[in-house]
Amino acid sequence: MTATQPTTGPGTEATEQPGVTGAPSGSRKPGGDVRETLYFALRNPKVLVGGFVVLAFLLLGLIGPAFLRYAPMDYAGPPMAPPGGDFPLGTTTFGQDVFAQFVAGLRSTFLVGVLGGAVAAVIGMTIGFVAGYRGGLIDELLNMLTNVVLVIPGFVVLIIINAYLGVRSVPMQALYIGIFSWPWVARAVRSQTLSLRSRDFIDLARLSGVGVGTILRREVAPNMYSYLFMTFVLLFGGSILTAASLDFIGLGPTNAMSLGLMMNQAVQWSALHLGLWWWFVPPGLGITLIVGSLYIMNVGLDEVFNPKLRET
Amino acid sequence: MLTLDRLDKVYRTGTFGTSDLHAVRQVTLDVQRGEVVSLIGESGSGKSTIGKMVLHLLDSSGGTITFDGRDVTHLGFRARREYYRKVQGVFQDPFSSFNPIFKVDRTFETLRRSYFPRVSSSDWRGRLEEALAAVSLEPGDILGKFPHQLSGGQLQRLLIARALLLDIELLVADEIISMLDASTRIDVLNLLVELKSRGLGILFVTHDLSLGNYVSDRVVILYKGRVVERGVTAAVFDDPLHPYTRDLLASVPHLDRTWEDVEAEEAERSAALAGRCLYHEALAAQGRALGEEASAADGDDVGLVEHSPGHFVGCFRLAAGDPCPAGA
Repeated sequence: MTATQPTTGPGTEATEQPGVTGAPSGSRKPGGDVRETLYFALRNPKVLVGGFVVLAFLLLGLIGPAFLRYAPMDYAGPPMAPPGGDFPLGTTTFGQDVFAQFVAGLRSTFLVGVLGGAVAAVIGMTIGFVAGYRGGLIDELLNMLTNVVLVIPGFVVLIIINAYLGVRSVPMQALYIGIFSWPWVARAVRSQTLSLRSRDFIDLARLSGVGVGTILRREVAPNMYSYLFMTFVLLFGGSILTAASLDFIGLGPTNAMSLGLMMNQAVQWSALHLGLWWWFVPPGLGITLIVGSLYIMNVGLDEVFNPKLRET
Repeated sequence: MLTLDRLDKVYRTGTFGTSDLHAVRQVTLDVQRGEVVSLIGESGSGKSTIGKMVLHLLDSSGGTITFDGRDVTHLGFRARREYYRKVQGVFQDPFSSFNPIFKVDRTFETLRRSYFPRVSSSDWRGRLEEALAAVSLEPGDILGKFPHQLSGGQLQRLLIARALLLDIELLVADEIISMLDASTRIDVLNLLVELKSRGLGILFVTHDLSLGNYVSDRVVILYKGRVVERGVTAAVFDDPLHPYTRDLLASVPHLDRTWEDVEAEEAERSAALAGRCLYHEALAAQGRALGEEASAADGDDVGLVEHSPGHFVGCFRLAAGDPCPAGA
């Protein structure tokens, strides 16, 4: 899927390109900006490599379970079998299929990352944009709220919520993680908005008679796209790690498998000492690769969103 | 057309807003159609603040702004939109006036979306080319480029073209020359003069006296938020009265005169006006003519008196808190 995009991208965009090199571009369409951004995104190797890895894992998590012979928790084969044969990633101490667990774990890991990251990003960005742009009393109040949530030891609260309310489903876990991880986003977005607000082009947009929402969406946010994406990557990674930590202390989902839970079980059953590397390396490598690829994508997207950094 | 009446801007500063900072004090001035009025003053004199209040980018703290006989001091969002059809601004820094990550076309596109959603693409294109031609720019050289690919002068003229698309009546030009090269300055200045001849009123904010002299019909000299002198350009520049204006004019280098000449002339003028205050003298004269109550009524000392026809001057003290040199 990803492999075919780069070839179609330049082909469809070739007619639009004279606009960049300075020739009159009378036939420019309203959607030109989006298509142009896409054109540069699809020619950027960092974006392509990062996107490919993330998409590959996502696809594996989404369609993988359909092709599995064993359920993640089935006692399917011989215990502690190394990779090979029926079990491409070997089996656990109890003979469970590590590959089946990995594929199922990918699913919930992506869910926790995306949902937790999205909840935190939406709350944090909304508060940050509004506080930074409006200023005054609204800013003071929102800042106070941000600081209160910031000093709450989120992880401890999560433990209490998980233990007391008995949260045992992946989406609820993601939601609670999201609700406690937005304050730094709000602060960072607020300060960026503050510095952008004083620029003349914001005043000029106001002179064009457009409202606050439009200015934030069309003038302020685009200047921070790569930063916002990086924020989401960090929140995504953070949610996965927080979920893994919760799983590790036994507060994870009871009805699902996750990459964090796999590592937790591997450590619990001394996979490290018994040399069962196929039990803990795949989930660890999986998390590392997903988060790392998102970082690489982010560096590439910085070049895409900022025309001054484009190589062409 | 545009009239400011005793306009104030007060910022609350210090802990819990305990102290006030008067950025603009009781400023009264007007701009007519087909006229350039220069606001001249040093940094911090409140000249840009006045421009921003006229453009409703800042709220005023007191006084009124009237445009075409209508009170526009406080405007809601819709009324402000309509106001911007008639009044537009151009700012000092052309590079920060464009969103750096978008092509310059987008500035025009924003305007079109906001004000001309019904205009067809080709019709808009025609208007755009016409506006660009009015500021002597080639559409082919400019459109489809990013701000960093254009020069400051081109960008500044683009912003003026943007204002022209709206068929405006008043342009607030906030230091629009100061960040330009000397070679491109005159183009923009001449453009302003041409716009003036088409009936546009221009409020020209500057700290550069020679520019003020070159383009404006009337000048307003500001010091620490207060109008110290105001009048027809020639009258103010040939016969500066207020001590601040005299200092300001004496500090401009001349090509045809040496510093000695300038200082000698200024010393002569200072000697003639030393220890006097034309404002209070005029007030006293009026008071004698009208009776004592009339002069006592105007007690806040921020007004101006007409020294000669079309030439107004304020009290000769410098800062607002200083005593008047005449001791009045």
